[in-house]
Amino acid sequence: MLSFKRALTLHKQLNSLAQRFASTLVVCEHDNASLQASTLNTLTAASKVGGDITCLVAGTDCAKVAEEVGKVNGVSKVLLADDPVFKGFLAESLTPVILEAHKQFNFTHIFSNASAFGKNLLPRVAAKLDISPISDIIGIEDPDTFVRPIYAGNAIMTLKHKDPIKIVTVRSTAFPPAELGGSASAEPFSADVTNDLTTFEGQELSKSDRPELTSADTVISGGRGMKNGENFQMLYDLADKLNAAVGASRAAVDAGFVPNDMQVGQTGKIVAPKLYVAVGISGAIQHLAGMKDSKVIVAINKDAEAPIFQVADYGLVADLFKVS
Amino acid sequence: MARVLVGCKRVIDYAVKIRVKPDKTGVVKQNVKHSLNPFDEIAVEEAVRMKEKKIATEIVALSCGPSQCQETLRTALAMGADKAIHVEIPDKDYEHVTSLHVSKILAKAAKEINADVVIVGKQSIDDDSAQTAQMVAALLDWPQATFISKAEKVDNVLKITREIDGGLENITAKLPAVISADLRLNEPRYATLPNIMKAKKKPMEKKTPKDFEVDLSSRFDVISVVDPPSREAGVKVESVDDLVSKLKDAGVV
Repeated sequence: MLSFKRALTLHKQLNSLAQRFASTLVVCEHDNASLQASTLNTLTAASKVGGDITCLVAGTDCAKVAEEVGKVNGVSKVLLADDPVFKGFLAESLTPVILEAHKQFNFTHIFSNASAFGKNLLPRVAAKLDISPISDIIGIEDPDTFVRPIYAGNAIMTLKHKDPIKIVTVRSTAFPPAELGGSASAEPFSADVTNDLTTFEGQELSKSDRPELTSADTVISGGRGMKNGENFQMLYDLADKLNAAVGASRAAVDAGFVPNDMQVGQTGKIVAPKLYVAVGISGAIQHLAGMKDSKVIVAINKDAEAPIFQVADYGLVADLFKVS
Repeated sequence: MARVLVGCKRVIDYAVKIRVKPDKTGVVKQNVKHSLNPFDEIAVEEAVRMKEKKIATEIVALSCGPSQCQETLRTALAMGADKAIHVEIPDKDYEHVTSLHVSKILAKAAKEINADVVIVGKQSIDDDSAQTAQMVAALLDWPQATFISKAEKVDNVLKITREIDGGLENITAKLPAVISADLRLNEPRYATLPNIMKAKKKPMEKKTPKDFEVDLSSRFDVISVVDPPSREAGVKVESVDDLVSKLKDAGVV
């Protein structure tokens, strides 16, 4: 028994030793003007690994972002790769920079957001290093052991990774944002990058004054029950009163009521607000995957048998057009 | 332009409520309805549309996994794929196959059949990793166009619309390229009975990972697979006023 305990202590010591030698690269998501808020959640996840945290800010005229990242608590180094080649943050241009940074600093972990940006980029980096990447983690048990949802969040897998480098995207709603308090200054970093494979042509972003969907405290979502796009105005009005973001189910998006980027679910955004109000949404598995970690769920639906009521803290069986 | 390679994964049907095994080693797969991964169905449909537009001449569908994957490939053939490659991996080994292993097989196959485009779904609905297209592109050093909702061939490039977090993004990708299909790329067709019958006669090649010189050694150990924490039953309220006062009491509004 005693020897077992001793072995355990030794194991713990070795573990903390490993943590001391851990060094994590966080590939920052931003729009050249400011840091994407979920990068702060990724930085919290990175801090759980232990060891040094280096941030890479690659973009075009993005010095301000590098300055912003340097102020985050726990960041020890900021690499600023400023070059017109990074226009549009294409994976074909960003991958060589990350590989070059890795060659110089030998990271044990490479993290980014489990967003369209991180999901597009990190697997490409991983394949170049012959590493099996880990997507969308919601927990870190030790520097090799990660927790992630599978089957649309209907099962939770804990896995111990055997690859020498852990390449990981982080689900932002599972970690709190990192706080300010650091003072790392940015150092210029360059790599030999050319990209003649892809060209960035432009973006069509949906404009909105409401808070961003994935980080809002309150989210109000509409489904097929809204009947048409005009009726979403009711949800917008309510959202403005509550300073909430507006989401939608896949049915509402497919029916053309609202744009795709409002979709909450397995294949859309994952949200975990303090309050989630589902209006006219039945609650298919794929939708629940995107919102069931919300603190309080309210469902308004005229079908008393709708599966959404099984996860709702407060359910109101009523016609949504009368409730408003 | 010639060939399109489409990746097809056999997964538990999207409508099935999955069950976690009591020994925490995984989910119950035996006697559970399986089908072609919905995103791969969209990928197959896109390939068939490319052929109908005379952009593609031949569609090759590939699936890695146990023998039942042949049914999945027959679905792709019935939708319009011309031939299929089944890379047989026995259940025991398939358990620890990751998207990196599959990507290596797809990349080698793309070279072998001289493909100009590789299309896969943006993610499989069982593992939810969303990695394969990006890794195939990296291994081939081809451009990647992920999460796409539109693709159009102009001269020797693909004009792509991608679904990103804030809206949409337009890029052009040089051919050959790897693309991953998002939900809104198209509406997959149903296979008609005559086409299902015809699909039975289409060629299906059987291969093993060894044929592609891909090492399947496992990259991680599964420590556990468990149910997610369940939510406590909620209450039904009678009226809007009742709802609002309850929310006020809970301090969320």
